[in-house]
Amino acid sequence: MSLDRTKPLLLPLALTLTFELWARLTQLQSDSLAPPSAIFAALAAALADLSIPIATRDTLFATFAGLAIGSAIGLALGIAFGVSRPLDRLMEVTIEAIRPIPSIALLPIALIALGFGYRMEIVIVAFACVWPMLIMTRSAVRSIEPRLMEVSRALRLSAPQRIAKVVIPAALPRIFVAFRLSAGIALIVAVTVEIAINPIGLGAGIMLAQQALRADLMLAYLVWIGAIGYALNILLIAAQRRLFGRAALAGDNP
Amino acid sequence: MKRAAILWRVASVLVAGSFIAAWQLVADLRLVSPVFLPGPDRAWAALVRGFSSGDLAGKLIGTLEHMAYGWFAASIAGIGLGALIGSSKMMRAYVAPSLEFLRPLPVSAIIPVAIAMLGLTQGMALFVIAFGAIWPIMLATIHGFAAVEPRLYEVARSLQMSRAAIIAKIALPSALPDILAGMRLSLTVALILSVVCEILAGLDGLGHWVLLSARAFRSADLFAGVILLGATGYLTSIAVSLVEQRLLAWQAAAR
Repeated sequence: MSLDRTKPLLLPLALTLTFELWARLTQLQSDSLAPPSAIFAALAAALADLSIPIATRDTLFATFAGLAIGSAIGLALGIAFGVSRPLDRLMEVTIEAIRPIPSIALLPIALIALGFGYRMEIVIVAFACVWPMLIMTRSAVRSIEPRLMEVSRALRLSAPQRIAKVVIPAALPRIFVAFRLSAGIALIVAVTVEIAINPIGLGAGIMLAQQALRADLMLAYLVWIGAIGYALNILLIAAQRRLFGRAALAGDNP
Repeated sequence: MKRAAILWRVASVLVAGSFIAAWQLVADLRLVSPVFLPGPDRAWAALVRGFSSGDLAGKLIGTLEHMAYGWFAASIAGIGLGALIGSSKMMRAYVAPSLEFLRPLPVSAIIPVAIAMLGLTQGMALFVIAFGAIWPIMLATIHGFAAVEPRLYEVARSLQMSRAAIIAKIALPSALPDILAGMRLSLTVALILSVVCEILAGLDGLGHWVLLSARAFRSADLFAGVILLGATGYLTSIAVSLVEQRLLAWQAAAR
């Protein structure tokens, strides 16, 4: 059993060691690669001088602000479309016309309208988060056990009451799955915007390290960004297990 | 029943049309500065002008090329690697967790590394697009291979099929729905990364076009570019869905 737990770690460990050895033996001098020991030294230094913590704060702020706005819009629209079939059908063409626009294509529009900084990044992240939330919420609401809706009708609940007391609680586990996926997308989009153009946060940090030809620092940022993405994912999966138990995982991997 | 569906569709188009009319009204009344928001008439005119001068068509082809090459490379490599890893229990135990670990990594973070290695070149863009697009395909393939009905493998063993035959005749067809879903997902990734790479490296394409238009405050050209990008995303995804339906027709029939 203990072997099963170590198996997944063997490959990364072996790769890291081989790379370190190879870099040492060949006296690696490169603008794009650095031995793992140098990467971790650079990571420790950047963590200590607060450049990475500050960049992380900026990126996460934009990520969560965009996620909050985008998923709130997506949730509201998703519930409305899920509850009312006619509304869904009427809006179909409009939604299908806007949804395929890649979020990053909005970058130049946001840039001229809002300038550099948090605001444009938040807008783009929010746009990207609306769609997974909308679509998964809509299908979650639609797949609610019909008898629950019959009960709510029999109890003569008003529409707002019905949504607050029946629809949202029943659809919540799947809505949370949508939220988790949106959070991953939000982080990806935030970092992408920073790398492409916005001079704040982790994405700008990694670009700056590349332009300064600091391969060790650049790869340290890469490792850190990966760790942030992984931690966010783990955290949300743990929250999902905690809040909804195994019921939520059934809606996963559709 | 069928007529009702058509009527709903027409009504839905009308709703979309009224949104465009509202956009036109907002632009005409100058509620938003025309520097930021051109009316649909101006965006459409820019689209027509761009195509008749051949400028925009060239950029569109540039983006489609980046996307297609990167996506094809990712599909071939992703299915190949996924099949290799997914068909072996040992590889799944040792390699798959590392891949799962890498999955939440924002792929665009690889761009600076690619620039450091390959410079601001076409090759860099292809590497980044392929690298980004390979994940959904590879993970879907591994998942598809792992989820093959075990009895089919038992049948294969009793028929003494070779590993290659098992992959080609049993595992691949059974994993096909997963693989195609992964390929459709990675198409979106490929489009996004194409745009980002064009913006960063100044490669010929719509990403570069929208950025230049924004810098020059030519908002009509900018919106024309964004509309084209949306259409590209929409049409390519529809094309893959059609292929998907075609290839999976046998499965729908079996159900």
